Amino acid sequence: MEKQTEKPTLKTHLAAPSEVNIKDLPCKLEVKNLRLSYGKDEALKGIDLVIPEKRVTAFIGPSGCGKSTLLRCFNRMNDLVDSCSITGEILLDGDNIYKPGVDVAELRRQIGMVFQKPNPFPKSIYENVAYGLRLQGVNDRRTLDEVVEQSLRGAALWDEVKDRLNDNAFGLSGGQQQRLVIARAIAIEPEVLLLDEPASALDPISTLKIEELINDLKEQYTIVIVTHNMQQAARVSDQTAFLYMGELIEYADTNTLFTTPAKKQTEDYITGRYG
Amino acid sequence: MKQWFRSGTPWIWLTGGAVTISIVMVVGLLSLIAVRGLSHFWPGDVAQVEITNFRTGEVSSVMGEIVRSETITASMAREGGNPVAEDQDLVTRYLFKQGNRDQFGTDFVWHFGNTMGEVTYPKGVFVIERREWGNFYGFPVALLTDGLVTVTADHESFPTQLAVAVERAVTRANEQRQIERREVGRINTAIERIRLELRSMELQGLDESELATRRAELERQREALDAEYDVLRQQMDELQRERRRDALVMRMTDGREVTLNLSTIIAITQPNDMSLTAKFIQYFAKIGEFLSTEPREANTEGGIFPAIFGTITMVFIMSIMVTPFGILAAIYLREYAKQGPITRMIRISVYNLAGVPSIVFGVFGLGFFVYFLGGNIDRIFYEAALPSPTYGTPGLFWASLTLALLTLPVVIVSTEEGLARIPSTVRQGSLALGATKSETLWRVVVPLATPGMMTGLILAIARAAGEVAPLMLVGVVKLAPNLPIDGEFPFIHLERKIMHLGFHIFDVGFQSPNVEASRPLVYATALVLVVLIVMLNLTAISIRNRLREKYRSDSD
Repeated sequence: MEKQTEKPTLKTHLAAPSEVNIKDLPCKLEVKNLRLSYGKDEALKGIDLVIPEKRVTAFIGPSGCGKSTLLRCFNRMNDLVDSCSITGEILLDGDNIYKPGVDVAELRRQIGMVFQKPNPFPKSIYENVAYGLRLQGVNDRRTLDEVVEQSLRGAALWDEVKDRLNDNAFGLSGGQQQRLVIARAIAIEPEVLLLDEPASALDPISTLKIEELINDLKEQYTIVIVTHNMQQAARVSDQTAFLYMGELIEYADTNTLFTTPAKKQTEDYITGRYG
Repeated sequence: MKQWFRSGTPWIWLTGGAVTISIVMVVGLLSLIAVRGLSHFWPGDVAQVEITNFRTGEVSSVMGEIVRSETITASMAREGGNPVAEDQDLVTRYLFKQGNRDQFGTDFVWHFGNTMGEVTYPKGVFVIERREWGNFYGFPVALLTDGLVTVTADHESFPTQLAVAVERAVTRANEQRQIERREVGRINTAIERIRLELRSMELQGLDESELATRRAELERQREALDAEYDVLRQQMDELQRERRRDALVMRMTDGREVTLNLSTIIAITQPNDMSLTAKFIQYFAKIGEFLSTEPREANTEGGIFPAIFGTITMVFIMSIMVTPFGILAAIYLREYAKQGPITRMIRISVYNLAGVPSIVFGVFGLGFFVYFLGGNIDRIFYEAALPSPTYGTPGLFWASLTLALLTLPVVIVSTEEGLARIPSTVRQGSLALGATKSETLWRVVVPLATPGMMTGLILAIARAAGEVAPLMLVGVVKLAPNLPIDGEFPFIHLERKIMHLGFHIFDVGFQSPNVEASRPLVYATALVLVVLIVMLNLTAISIRNRLREKYRSDSD
């Protein structure tokens, strides 16, 4: 098939002029020929990709292109789907996370995730943030207090909730809930943060706050974000990958991808001709 | 007309009508029970009427409470020989509660309205509640002590002297009861324990000399207990004699005089001389007595406390057993089991178990729990007591277990529904933080599902508290004065038989020798049962609401 012969490789994209060459950056995650299928439907058809450390990588593409599926491969959330089968490798700091014997819980502690819809637990704000630590057996009140405050500050939520830490988390607005979920994720100090359309269920002001937050967070964390919103991808990310029909069409520095896309499909998508 | 149909108005009327009819039926049911049940305790005035016997023409007097009346056709009355006037189509007859069953042979009697003279409510009538033979209606004549008149009824000190004497008799009766229950009970338990010890020593086959010394020791203890019992016996006889000294001479409405021993009297009231306030006080006192005392006279008199207590205890033990079982089963089915044809089959079986007639559970409980499990427990742990069974006979524990089995499907289904309602995003959120499946389950999913579990428990309680049929086989009896929880070690006696409100209704309503006397008790007991179930449900619902508030999720 045409797709097979024309399979893009990282190299061809990086040949395009760019300010920073992705290949030169320190690599955090590396995807090697990743294929994933749900039963008979192949959702990812051989992805090769390098995600550099402490930068924001955005996945864009039309609905059903596999960008969320790819994101969920990084912390093995796809394991929960019974019919899902995966081949290929994903290397975290050089180690294959799909290697047999990998502790998935431990992996998920290193690679945190924030979902599309805010999903706080039916607990107090404090307990939501402390949840990850309690799982690890940390019950010392002082340590927890400290981490909760730091994380909430890190998620730019501290000032809004510091007086009601013991209130139920469902009392917060959608945007606050999403930042709480981010605080919850960073409380266990992951290395990578996966954001699955984190602002799609939020109003514009909350969206803006989340975007500012992403900008702050990239100093400490490697961030991978999936978004429908191309302006958002352009605003927050350092490099962008365009996926279509389960294939990586183009992957480049964000400026390059949006200003001088190398592929016709990419250009059509970002100019709004389809998708 | 067509327009009217299209507008949808008929639907509103139809559906609204259905709701109305349902409400009317429920309210009607409850008010019937409430009115019939509660009116029983009202101290009604005692009527006195001259009755002309329509056969012999003799005139006699009847005295008692008019319980109810009914109107029958005059022809029916004429067939019975009653000369009803020609122009009269209907005739009313009245049911008198005349009491004095020991004297008249029957304490309820019908009289036709056309044979009755004027109804009067004489002052000074005594209604005496007795330990046996039901109420006594009559006029006081004199108070006797050791067969000699101490004071006559017309003397001004009669009321006070009578009150003192009755008070004394009642106190002594309570004292005696106390001794019978507590002290004699304690001694009996101790003697029984010694007997069992002796028996188990024989079974163990200790060597002769040791056996002999142990036996001598136990025999000595038994003798000490026997001596203690003799002292108590004397004490009780003394009390009995004391109680028997006072007596009350009463004159019945036909002029005959009857001597009532004060030891047989529970209380004396004079409803015809009572003010409305006094009647209300008496009314509530009677209700309180009904709720707090034991039944007397084949359950047709007295209270229903053991039945209330038995019902509550059984429901509690059932809840304690069914909740963890049902919840664990539901968690496995929903969270761990591979969702395939086998799981689906198990689920369908569980759902269908809810539809199995309860008597079938009773039969199973009797066959498996009582005879098999109980029999084996007896063989292993209570060998010394055999052949009299301890657990190998129907009892509280087996009744609770049978009900737990009966209500298990309800709990499983509700818990499963509760678990299924929890959004997958919450689970994923927990998993994404590095929680394992079981950590996610116990820290997030199960707490969120508690309202669903409580719903299951509420339904289980509602069903279990009203169940009667299986209980008749596995542990509920007509009369069980020993409560399953008391001050005697080990305090909770799971092997004891219990009384149950549902069965009590059946027993009083259909197995009673005195239909008229027990009829109001059926309604009153039914009312108590309904109130009890409502109260148990309300408690569970308020707990559920509190949990809901605590685990409120935005998706609700």
